[in-house]
Formats: sequence, structure tokens, C-alpha cells
Amino acid sequence: MSIEKIWVVAEATEAGPTTTTLELLTAARSLASTVEAVAWGPNTAANAAVLGEYGATTVHDVGDLGDALPGAPVAAAIAGAIAAGNGPSAVIIPTSYDGRDIAGRLSARADLPVLTNITGLVGGDELTTQHPIFGGTEIVNARFTGSGPGIYVVRAKSFAPESAGGAPAAVAPLSVGDLGATNSATIVAKHVEEVSGPKLDEAEVVVSGGRGLGEAANYAMVDELAKLLHGAPGASRAIVDAGWVPYANQVGQTGKTVKPTVYLACGISGATQHMVGMKGSKNIIAINKDQDAPIFSVADLGIVGDVHKVLPALIEALKSN
Amino acid sequence: MNVVVCVKQIPDPAAPQSLEPGTNTLDRSGKLILDDSDAYGVEMALQLAEQAGGGEVTLVSMAPNGETAGLRTALAMGAAKAILVSDDALKGADALTTAKILAAAIKRAEPDLIIAATESSDGYTGTTPVQVAEILGLPSVTFAKSVAVDGSSVKVERQTEAGYDEVTSPLPALVTVTAGVVEPRYPSFKGIMAAKSKPVDTLTAADLGVATGSTGQEITSVEQAEARAAGEIVVDEGDGAQRIVTFLEGLKVI
Repeated sequence: MSIEKIWVVAEATEAGPTTTTLELLTAARSLASTVEAVAWGPNTAANAAVLGEYGATTVHDVGDLGDALPGAPVAAAIAGAIAAGNGPSAVIIPTSYDGRDIAGRLSARADLPVLTNITGLVGGDELTTQHPIFGGTEIVNARFTGSGPGIYVVRAKSFAPESAGGAPAAVAPLSVGDLGATNSATIVAKHVEEVSGPKLDEAEVVVSGGRGLGEAANYAMVDELAKLLHGAPGASRAIVDAGWVPYANQVGQTGKTVKPTVYLACGISGATQHMVGMKGSKNIIAINKDQDAPIFSVADLGIVGDVHKVLPALIEALKSN
Repeated sequence: MNVVVCVKQIPDPAAPQSLEPGTNTLDRSGKLILDDSDAYGVEMALQLAEQAGGGEVTLVSMAPNGETAGLRTALAMGAAKAILVSDDALKGADALTTAKILAAAIKRAEPDLIIAATESSDGYTGTTPVQVAEILGLPSVTFAKSVAVDGSSVKVERQTEAGYDEVTSPLPALVTVTAGVVEPRYPSFKGIMAAKSKPVDTLTAADLGVATGSTGQEITSVEQAEARAAGEIVVDEGDGAQRIVTFLEGLKVI
């Protein structure tokens, strides 16, 4: 037995549906007999082919939202369908900036609880969820007991995306209804912080820096090392918040989840916030001067030492290699 | 301009944390402190109220056992007063119930702006502020890395996957701030002394007319995650870089 119908909140960029959307569609296929997507933005009709390929039979189109933030309108559209009795048995939403807005507003509007930070979904007559806690050392298994569809907010890279070879999804409009003041924030301008080289969440090698680098200028070593290893530079929340590097570089709970072949943590202590975003890496190397730093508990190779000495030597060695 | 800051008092993250047997909720029986993530919101609120030429910063919090230690820290920074909702019936409350409580308490302060952290450092659900905004029928802008108030609107630089967006919203509105938004001040001795006599209005769920009870979710079990095999941890004797090279060669990465 599986549950009847799952709606996946399908985020997209100009390049098409996000990888996380495809991951969630793949997972939903194994959990429900019918999978449908909820999408918005200017390219929904064009994206229906890919969404269909990954298992969605219908795309519920909330419309081109223009300069509005998606949280209020997308949540209201889903809540409206639930109230009208046309909703799904479960709504799966990615853990992303807009995804969390949608989940929070949907929960309040439909008066349904929300389960967050999910890294595993187990099917059957009902869904069971898995949530890592304490930096991923323990896993909480939970289930939704309320009436009405459960709202599940799932972290990126919890599932591997696999095409189902499905036909393009049918596109059906989903009306938003009255939003009152909730929709009155508007996007005035968008700023893209360019990143060269492989994308952080797709790179085979990630070299990340933290507070232990001492000062912003020393991040250049992380950048150089990432280039030498054909990888992507990453960062802990501490140095992103300190303004040393852009948010696009952040690995962790509120940043990107990465699972590269090699993760090299330089001067990162290993706060829970960071660990949940990189613990799934195949091989972890850590350099930190504090031998009690939590990062060493997940390291395959740990160097207790000064990043200001080890990194220049490593860069030199790789250059002469 | 009146600003409400949602603050959470949490077990010290530096101390080992555990779940309570039986309920599987986070053990909050020890001393609670102000969540570090909330210090940024308190500082932002103080600066915005000052720039607006007056108005009060009110703290709103929900905590067991009438805990006020964390609130006193924020009052010492300069907040004028606090509303604390403390009720045994709220033990283990989920994010939505918490949001209903906070929303009802916030209404009493009639704020122009509500500030919260993007997520707490203990539960990191990250949905409560937006739930509060929806319950109050207000616009929200999350993940702010800069906040400025201009008369009747708020201008925010909001983190995105690709960089950041400039977003404006009419007031009243709710904004969640990241830790980069401002540098929190340390409470002065004078501030700490003054905080002791600042008003903390303690309420129950019933005072606010919010129903408690089923959260609609249940923890079925807790298990140890699959542990990573213990790695090789070595002290750098000048050979650290070479060890990393050898390790990378073994993986055929170089």
C-alpha cells in the first residue's frame, strides 16, 4: 500500500526545475500512486516536460508571480485546494529560502503542523520521516498524526534524482485567492554573485574555510586550493555572516548541502549548523589547531595544526605535482 | 516606531544536549540562555528604533518554568520590556502552536515591525516566524542581511541561492535576520542593573486564548546515526600537507 497523492513544491530557476525538485519528485514516486507538482514563475509550461519526465502527471501552475515573493501566493494556492477538498495526501517542500516561506505560510493558513529538516521518508500506508539531530549523530523518526495532508520539508540531497521517462505533465492553473496584506512585499532588484568553476553542490571536491583562517584575506588560500583541485570553495556560516565571502559559498543548515568525493575543512570547528551540510561527504579531511574540535569526529584524515602553515605547504606541493 | 523581537531562551549550546526519555523532546530543565541568533535581532531593533527617533523595543518569548535569564540579557542590551508566555501545557509545543502563542502575544504590543532570527540554534525548524506573519496577516521578508526602515516601509537585502534580492515591504511587517545583519552590543553594567527592574509580563496560553493540546505529530523512535569509521587524526609535525597529498593520491583525486 502506498499513500494516494503527493504534491511536490517544484522550484525552478531560469535553467529549469532545480535538482532538489527532481530529487523530491523521484522520492515521491516511490511513496504515492500519483505525483503532481506545484510550480510558479514565467517558465512553468516549458518546465512541464522535465517535471513529467521525473514523475509528475500534472503541474498545478500558480502563475507568473512577477516581483512578488512566492511564500504567500504559493501557500495560499495549496491551502485553497486543500480547503476545497482537491488537495493531496501530502505536500513535500524543499528546504530552501522560498521553500521554508511556503511551508510556514501553508502550515498557518491550513492550520496543519509542519515537519522540517527531513532527510528520509519511508512509505507505506502512512509516511514516516527521519530527522538528523545533534549534528547528525542521532536520527529522530516521526510521523504526522493530524487530519488533512501532512507538510514535509525535506533537505537537499536526501535522495538521488532518477528520470522515470514520463510524458510531459499536464498544466492546470491553480488559483491563489485573496492574500490581503500578506503579499505586499516586492522584489525591487536581484543581485547575482558570480561563482566561477564547478557549482558548490555539484563539485567532486569542496574546500571550505572557517573562522580559523583568522581574517578575510586568508580565504584566498581556500580559493586557490579549490582551483588546484578542480573543486569549489565553501565556507562556514561564521565567515559568511562576518561578510568575508558571499552567501552562495555557505555549506550547512542554512546553506548548501554537499556530498563531494573529498571535503577539505580548513579552520572549521564543526558546529552542528555546518556538520549537517557536509557530513554525507565520501571523504573528509580536516585541518584545525584544536584537537578537540568536533570536525575531527567525522574526519577520515585530521591534521591537528595551523592552517596558516599547512595550507601554504599544501598549495606549494600541489603546484609542483 | 515600536519593534517586537521574538527571542528564544535555549539550553546552552556549549553544554552537552540530550532528549528527555519518554517524550523525546529536548531537555530544557537546566539553565536557559538567550539564543545567540536572537542577539542580532535585538541589536537591529534597537538601532532601527533609535534611527526612527523613538519608540520601544518589546521582547516576546515562550519558555518553560517562567525562565527569564535570557530575557534579562536582551533587556540589558536595551529592550524596554518583555512578554513571556510560560505554561506547562506548552511543553513540547510544535512550531505552529508556538507561532499561535507568539502571534497572540505580539498583537498586544501593536508593533510596526516584528523581528526574529531565521531559525533557533536548538530546534532550527525555521518556520515559526513566517507562521506568525501568516497568522497576523502580515507580509514577511526572511533571511535579511541588511534592514533599513524608511518612513512606512522596510527595505531588506534578502539572501537567495544566487546572491541577494532587494525587497521592500510596507509596515507593519515581519523580518527574519541572519547573524550578519549587525554586530550585537555587549550589555553595559548600567544596562544589566537597569534590566533587573524592567517589566516582564508573564502570561499563560489561556490568557492569550490559544488552545493547546495535540501537535499533530509524533516522534516514534530515536536511533543512533550510522557512525563514520574513525579516521586518522595526527598532529602536524611539518608533514601535514604531505599527508593530505598522499591521502588525495590514494583517492586518485590528484
